Amino acid sequence: MKELDINELERRFQEKIDKDIKIEPNDWMPDNYRQTLIRQISQHAHSEIVGMLPEGNWITRAPNLRRKAVLLAKVQDEAGHGLYLYSATETLGADREDTIDDLHSGKAKYSSIFNYPTLSWADMGAIGWLVDGAAIMNQVPLCRCSYGPYARAMVRVCKEESFHQRQGYEIMTTLANGTPEQKAMAQDALNRFWWPALMMFGPSDKDSKHTAQSMAWKIKRQTNDELRQQMVDITVPQAELIGLTVPDPDLKWNEERGHYDFGEINWDEFWNVVKGNGPCNKERVEARRKAKENGAWVREAANAYAAKQKMKKAS
Amino acid sequence: MSNKEWPLWEVFIRSKQGLNHKHVGSLRAADAEMAVSNARDVYTRRSEGVSIWVVESSHVHASHPTDADALFEPAHSKVYRHPTFYDVPEGIEHM
Ligand SMILES: [Fe+2]
Ligand SMILES: [Fe+2]
Repeated sequence: MKELDINELERRFQEKIDKDIKIEPNDWMPDNYRQTLIRQISQHAHSEIVGMLPEGNWITRAPNLRRKAVLLAKVQDEAGHGLYLYSATETLGADREDTIDDLHSGKAKYSSIFNYPTLSWADMGAIGWLVDGAAIMNQVPLCRCSYGPYARAMVRVCKEESFHQRQGYEIMTTLANGTPEQKAMAQDALNRFWWPALMMFGPSDKDSKHTAQSMAWKIKRQTNDELRQQMVDITVPQAELIGLTVPDPDLKWNEERGHYDFGEINWDEFWNVVKGNGPCNKERVEARRKAKENGAWVREAANAYAAKQKMKKAS
Repeated sequence: MSNKEWPLWEVFIRSKQGLNHKHVGSLRAADAEMAVSNARDVYTRRSEGVSIWVVESSHVHASHPTDADALFEPAHSKVYRHPTFYDVPEGIEHM
């Protein structure tokens, strides 16, 4: 094989991307592409795993057995999503344990939405409807991402997500049609989760430093602001249908644009939570760290057992 | 503390009788038995399979992407391996 210079390799790489040919693990890729993917996919994996905590908080207090079975199944799905994604980072050469330790040391980020507390049962409704709703909106375009293993993981994830959103909306609908107190609970949950859900799409396009390169590499297929607008347009009628009010005084249908206009996001709050100062940041990371430490003996025992079985078989 | 990471396994699932096992992803497990039971939890929560294979990833040997041309290009020019290459008289049936 003759040595190709890096420019030629990069040109061929981009040509493949432009032709919508997927990149697979052993293919040549620019180092930046690899690093960008590792960062994005591991953040995504961490979000799935940390995302189990706010909902796990309500499993034992679900109002009936049906809701409990559903919530359990949903939270278990999120664990699965985390695992598909950690596997995808490993195909890029990332070490699984380092990846997880980066979360625990605070070096790696995860979606800020999970740093908000879940104060009432209605929050299970708001999270399924809005948080999983926003996650779906983010993940559907990622099914066409240029990196094969990430795209395939997203196809699986999206298939599984659709029930997550529906079960959440069902909870909201039930509460909204219930007693005045129940309806107030639903409205309160919407009030608290609306803005953080819109923040899930990340900083505004003008402040998003990675967007242009990620779009060229087809790691990202739509900008943060485009997705956020889509979310607002789709969700507002869903709120209206069940008699809930979106907490945004500036929200107004814009006939000319064919979209809703909506109020300015509180970016100070967004950056503050990203930097670790949200209501639950410390608690979430601490819970993950403890899970790893407390599970260490189990992993060791499994290793010892596997070694022993191997020896038995050999003798 | 021995913190040796569990080995990586590739998972293959037969979605129904009559179809072949297909690669679906990977996971970590201490041994084959655990790999099968983890694969069940991770990859078949919605009846996606009736049978599971797991193979330790280090046992998979693959062709290298840079050899793809040498390996697969020669087949492109051998169109006579396909039935559509041949001329048959008009009106011929069952062939
Ligand atoms: Fe998920
Ligand atoms: Fe979900």
